[in-house]
Amino acid sequence: MIEFLQQLGKNTHTGFTKLGRGTFFLLQVISGILSVLPRPRLLLNQMYSVGVLSFLIISISGLFVGMVLGLQGYYILSDFGAEETLGVMVAASLVRELGPVVSALLFAGRAGSALTAEIGLMKATEQLSGMEMMAVDPIKRIISPRFLAGCLSMPLLAALFSAIGIIGGQLVGSGLLGVDEGAYWAQMQANLDFQDDIVNGVIKSIVFGFVTSWIALFEGYDAVPTSEGVSRATTRTVVNSAFSILGLDFILTTLMFGDN
Amino acid sequence: MDNRVSLPNSLVSVQNLSFSRGDKKIFDDISLEFERGKVTAIMGPSGTGKTTLLKLIGGQLFPKQGSIIVDGNNVHSLRRTELYNLRKRMGMLFQSGALLTDMNVFDNVAFPLREHTHLPESMIRTLVLMKLQAVGLRGARNLMPNELSGGMARRIALARAIALDPMMIMYDEPFTGQDPISKGALVHLIKSLNTILGLTSIVVSHDVHETAAIADYIYVISEGKIVGQGTPKEIAQSESDWVQQFMTGAADGPAHFHYPAKDYVDDLLSTGRRY
Repeated sequence: MIEFLQQLGKNTHTGFTKLGRGTFFLLQVISGILSVLPRPRLLLNQMYSVGVLSFLIISISGLFVGMVLGLQGYYILSDFGAEETLGVMVAASLVRELGPVVSALLFAGRAGSALTAEIGLMKATEQLSGMEMMAVDPIKRIISPRFLAGCLSMPLLAALFSAIGIIGGQLVGSGLLGVDEGAYWAQMQANLDFQDDIVNGVIKSIVFGFVTSWIALFEGYDAVPTSEGVSRATTRTVVNSAFSILGLDFILTTLMFGDN
Repeated sequence: MDNRVSLPNSLVSVQNLSFSRGDKKIFDDISLEFERGKVTAIMGPSGTGKTTLLKLIGGQLFPKQGSIIVDGNNVHSLRRTELYNLRKRMGMLFQSGALLTDMNVFDNVAFPLREHTHLPESMIRTLVLMKLQAVGLRGARNLMPNELSGGMARRIALARAIALDPMMIMYDEPFTGQDPISKGALVHLIKSLNTILGLTSIVVSHDVHETAAIADYIYVISEGKIVGQGTPKEIAQSESDWVQQFMTGAADGPAHFHYPAKDYVDDLLSTGRRY
């Protein structure tokens, strides 16, 4: 029993210490963003590797998720003779929930893990240390541009995911199952609210992008500088990002849609 | 013998330094002086904290006690921007080279110039080619770091370390894992750069012959203490058992061949437990 308590205390202590280090790291990264702004080239390079290279996985997944939504939605809605509202159902699910959440999960797996591995290996091969000795702050030069790129890419990728998903739903709904195409789009246009649905979805994806980039970069920067340490850090990035995304999604949804 | 008199001509002065990692004492109240324009070597077995000493001098680690003065500045009481300004005048060659793997050789050498100066690209090109020529690798400018041999990577890193024309360079184990030809090239480079550029060099190494060939002064460190110091000649003639063991590479001596363990016979005869 005592051992259990000791272990619990130790783990809590380790957890909080790490959270403290992480917060301090985040503050440094955010203050480093100012020095990224005069050098847009650094940001663009990272937007490419974090954002553009995630384009394919996001769009293909978006297409399939939208098609499945179209199919499942049709079967349920047609029981009530409400298949005309398929467009609303697909678009609302995507814009409010699936777009931000699924694309953030994919982003953590595709870009987050890559960031952790990259930073972790840079640490293990003394590149970060070498940069410090060249009087170049690795946080400003390496971490901050990647963080900003992650924060900016995520909402764009989520929007892309939702847009392609809506097209996927339409392909299945009206192409395959015979829902009227005009009704699909018109119902969507009439029933989706800009503020409630779209803006809230975008806010979610901004939060997820922030958290995922933070976790990925911190895990890499904090990794034990060995191959095993980097591999563990990469795993932690994906696991912790997934937990944070799903947990935060619940909190955000409660705040945004709780009083309806 | 531990406290050498502080020389007015020293660029780096380490005073009464103590440093521990966890419970392990890495340095125990040591003092060293590094003279301007000279090659000073720090020698000692692996794991004596030689690299740690360089990181302390570069301000990447903080000592528990004592101070390190570099060109009149106490490294650990400087503010961040002052420390960074000082580091621009200190070059460091890491054991692995620490080249940035996403850039080719040219961009690696140009990196400190692009970060710290506003020189036009044409001038950066000229400077980079000059530095690469100095290490004999001007022709390798388009290679990526993963296409370089270990010795080449170290020479490129050396070109990068001298890019900003520093006042000193710290070499971390420059000869480890090099074939005889690369070793020879590095020995020659360290010595000639030191003379031609008027640098102050600190070489951390356990390669006795190479280091003795270029060093003006040698400190031998073991278990947190300085166990011997002097010119290479004095070191070679040192009467200290420790220094002798290190210089001749004897397997047993003051540094034991065996890791501490209980009595051998008892250990073999004890039964019951697996280990």
